[in-house]
Formats: sequence, structure tokens, C-alpha cells
Amino acid sequence: MARFARWYGSGPLHLLVLIASFAIAGYAMVRLFAVRPLEVAIWFVGAAILHDLILLPLYSLADLSAHAVLRHRATRMPQPPWINYLRVPSFLSGVLLLVWFPLIFALSTPYPGATRLSINVYLGRWLAITAVLFAASAVAFALKLRRVRRAARADEERPAPGHDGAS
Amino acid sequence: MGSGGRPPGPGSGEPQRPRSDEGHAQGRLERVRAAVAAQAAKGAARARALVRRVEQTPAPPGPFRPGFWRSPLRGPWLTSVFGLVLLFGIPLLFVTGMLSYASYNPGLDRINDQTPDKGLLGFYLFAWPTHPYWLYRLTQGVHVTLGVVLVPVLLAKLWSVIPKLFEWLPVRSAAHGLERLSLLMLVGGVIFEFVTGIINIQLFYVFPGSFYALHFYGAWVFIAAFVVHVSLRLGRMIRALRSRSLAAEMRTDLAHTRPEPPDPDGLVASAPAPPTMTRRGALAMVGGGSLLLLVATAGQSIGGWLRSTALLAPHNRTPGSGPNGFQINKTAASVGVTLAHVGPIWRLEIHGPRETLVFTRAQLLAMPQHVAALPIACVEGWSTPDQQWSGLRLADLAALTGLPDADSVLVQSIQPPGPYSSVVLRGNQIHDPRSLLALRVNGADLSLDHGYPARVIVPANPGVNNTKWVHRLTFRT
Repeated sequence: MARFARWYGSGPLHLLVLIASFAIAGYAMVRLFAVRPLEVAIWFVGAAILHDLILLPLYSLADLSAHAVLRHRATRMPQPPWINYLRVPSFLSGVLLLVWFPLIFALSTPYPGATRLSINVYLGRWLAITAVLFAASAVAFALKLRRVRRAARADEERPAPGHDGAS
Repeated sequence: MGSGGRPPGPGSGEPQRPRSDEGHAQGRLERVRAAVAAQAAKGAARARALVRRVEQTPAPPGPFRPGFWRSPLRGPWLTSVFGLVLLFGIPLLFVTGMLSYASYNPGLDRINDQTPDKGLLGFYLFAWPTHPYWLYRLTQGVHVTLGVVLVPVLLAKLWSVIPKLFEWLPVRSAAHGLERLSLLMLVGGVIFEFVTGIINIQLFYVFPGSFYALHFYGAWVFIAAFVVHVSLRLGRMIRALRSRSLAAEMRTDLAHTRPEPPDPDGLVASAPAPPTMTRRGALAMVGGGSLLLLVATAGQSIGGWLRSTALLAPHNRTPGSGPNGFQINKTAASVGVTLAHVGPIWRLEIHGPRETLVFTRAQLLAMPQHVAALPIACVEGWSTPDQQWSGLRLADLAALTGLPDADSVLVQSIQPPGPYSSVVLRGNQIHDPRSLLALRVNGADLSLDHGYPARVIVPANPGVNNTKWVHRLTFRT
């Protein structure tokens, strides 16, 4: 048992479970890849690559850039943490786009003919939802700014003992 | 690896084989044995040194270095919260998906079956019931809506474990290598399933092949990897969930948000950046994404005034007004059915074992009519509320052909041959008194898009099997 673990890297149960899983998956894969195997394989592996090596790095980079670009704006007034007022509406609008992009960008050719519905409504609706999300976020941030700055002004007017760097 | 008792290489069988009685051969054998053992020991030492060298190879720069991933929120607890949601969500998706497959009665007849080479994967198939009549509306509405709603959770889960993709070494042992292969099936599988499902409900047919085959076989590949993943990680997930209190996290503000303690899996950043979001904030953002998708989608399956709240869903509007104003899956024009097919020349043929009956639409309307309030529920997840259908009972038509106990009926449409231009319905579907060959709906003649002159409507049947523009029924035992 110990020798097996040293050779394999885990217990025998681990190996048994994995082999059983590969056998089932293999049975399904023979059928999955029966027609146009190369394209299906590209879709299957491409799905993981598209997410892990393209989508995730892109949104992470966007998040970091937003931070970097908008960080060093010296203002006399205190600046409350703001990144989430940008992050949250972007995320919400982004997942809607991610899920419904074929309708939003009118990529689905059969849609109007098959359903007798117009596909042209979706872009406008998505933009409207996005506008509402960002506007709501802007209002929330404005209220937050007002609260923080009022508090700061009140602190200034009061003879404050010591510095209580709010951050 | 390479312990003394197992000298590797082709010479390993050598020492045991000769059971010679001759003495001088014995001495030579000893010498050979010693030489082989020395070689083996040297080889093993070299292999160990190589393994050690490989193990000590520094990670390449970038994402492979532990300091690269800096989010202070990543950690086993957060991953486990998303994992817990998926632990309930994914099996529900799988079960409703498998029910949808069964609802087509693929085992009944080859023409019902989009995946004729399913083999053992169809082991669970059963006669799809007609009770309750809203069954398919529920199961498929849940399947599609839940799939859409879980997208943010899936994204968050994948985000939370991304450092594991770049772990160094990429393969540490046989077990580790196999597990990573299984993880490729898991991640590739789950994204493949979500992508094919989500673009199919938008009629964006860019995937390579039949949706049914891809989504069905892909589901089995994925679920095989999912079961392994759960069985290998469940204990770790439960421990991680117990490591922090959800209630306490919900009260923790940004100033008090700290990284989780270092974990053996390396999810927790070794050099975390200062937090910019609380854990409750991250959960709220992901949950908010799911909620938004729920609101923007679910109405197309619930109907009523909620349909208009499904702002981005494919069937969030009615294509018209009046008795025939409800949603259409495929218009007559889109499948090549024209008024010329269904004009005065149209006849309904009913075939039984002994005779063939032919009716005009006027003759059918002159027969006793029955009504049934049934929805149209599509595999794409949308459905209509109950519509008032009227027409002839399938059971009565079966009796007309002298087969009151028909086991199945082949329903054929005048639409050009293609998927779903015909279907075989099972005995239980024929004999349900609500199963109709409908001629009228909501007090008016069927519109061409809803199947004029006659269509099938069966309780709990997937919409696409409620064949439109019927021109032939063949009852069989």
C-alpha cells in the first residue's frame, strides 16, 4: 500500500475512481467525437482555453488597469474606495452580455424567421440595462462622496486632536 | 520509486529464472545478479536525482510563480461557497437534462432518437408520463433558467481556483497527472455544456453538429469528471466551509477583511494585495449577477405579466395578438410549409392495420370535439401558459381505425422531411383524454404558424413533439 502510494502519488481508491470516471467519459467521448471529431475537440478543449487563458486574463487585466489608471488622482478632498462602484455594474452588465450576446449582437440568423419576433430589440435593452446599472452606481457613489466629504469637513472645522487617517 | 527489491529494466526477470543444479553456473549467476543489482541501484539513484532536479526546477516567471496571484479573497472558504452552490445546482441541471432526453421517448422509435448510438447511456429511459400536464414545462424551465442563473457562480468558482491551473510542477505524480486530465474534462466539459446550451436557446447554431448529440454526450463526459471531482474534494470543501462562519463574514467590513490562512492547495495568495472588496461584497456581486439573470430570463418560462420582465430572453414577447398570439417555435415559412400545402387539397389520413381513413378538415370539425387546456413547453426552456385547444381525441381516432388499444402512433407532418417532421407517440400519450389532434385554439382556427389545419397536443410532451401540420397518423400495436 505504502509502496503503491509512493509510486502512484495517492491511494488506490483515487486510482479506481479516476479509472471508472475515464471509462464512462471515454464511452461518451467515442460518441461525442463520432461526427466531426476535430471540430468537437476544438470546441471542448477550446472552451477551457477560451475561459482560462483569454476571458479571465482579460477581465483581470481590465480590473487592474482601472485601478492603475484611476488611482493617482490627488484631490484635496478624501476619496472613499471607489473601485467597486465601477466593478459591480461592469460585472453585472458583462454577465448579461456574456450570456445573451448572440441576441444582443443579432448574430442568430434563424431567430426572426423561426419565432416571428424581432431580434433588434436586444441591443437597446442591454444598453438600457447597462445605463441603469451604471447610473445607479453613480448615484450611490455620489451619495457616498457627499457623506464622506461632509464628515471630513466637519472634522476640519472641529479642532481635531491627532490624526485619525480614515482609509 | 526504484526501491532495491524491484530492480527496473529488462533484466529484472533474470535472477529468478534459472534453477540450475550445476555449481559453476551458480557462481556465474551470483556475479550477474550482483552486477544487475549494482546497475539497478545506480539507475535508481540517477532517477531519484533527476526527479529531485525536476522538482527543484524554479517555476517560470508569470502566473506559475506563487506571488503572481494577489487577490486577498481567494482561498478554500470562498471557493467552497461557490462549490457548494454548484454541488446542488449541477446535479439538478444534470437530472433535468436527462429527464428532457427521456421526454422525447428516444427508446420508443428510431425517429424519436437524435442519438441512436447512445448505447448504455440510455439505460435509465422510461415511458414519459402525461401527468402532471405541466411536467415538461417545469423540468425544462428549471433546466434552462438554472443553467443561465448559474453562469456567474461558475465564473466565480473558476476565478477562485485559477492559480491551480498554473501550479508548478504541472505534473507531480501519476495521481496528480490523472487528476489534472480529469480536471480538463471537468472544466472543458462544464464550459462546453453551458456554451452549447446557452447559444442553442438563442438559435445561434454555430456548434459542430447536432445540438442534441453534443449536449447529451458532453453531459456524460462532464458528469463523469464532476463525480470524481466531488468525491475527491467533498471532504476538503466541508472542512473549508467549517473554517469560517458565513454569518461572521457577512458582518466583516473592508477594514477587517483579511486573507484566509495559507492552505496546502495554494489558493491563498502568498503576497496578497490590500483588499478592495469584502467577502460578503464578492458573494453579493456574484449573487446579484445570478439574480439579474434570473429576472432577465425566468419570465419566458413563467408567462403572464412576468414574461415582459425577461428583458433579454428569446421568448419574452408575443409574436402577435388574438387567439393565436402565443409564442412560436418554428414558423411555417421557416420550415417550408405554405398555404398551398394546407389549402382545400389537404386531407388527414389515418392508417390502422386494416384500413386507411381519409378526412377533410370539414369532416373532422363535424365529429365530436373535445377540449384541453395545455401549454406549449419548448426544449429551449420557454413555455406558454395553458391554451384552450379543441379537436379530436387521439384515443377516439385510434378506436376509429379499429385499434382502441394502440401502443403507438406515428405522426407525420406535411413539412419537408427533417428533424421533427414526424414523431412516434406512446400508448400512454394516445390514451390520455387530453391528448388531441387539435383543429382550433382559444376559440379560433389554428393559425398557419401554430399548425393549421391540424396539430398534435399532448400533456407534458416537449413542444417539438407536438407535431404541427399533421397529415398522417399511423396507429400500431
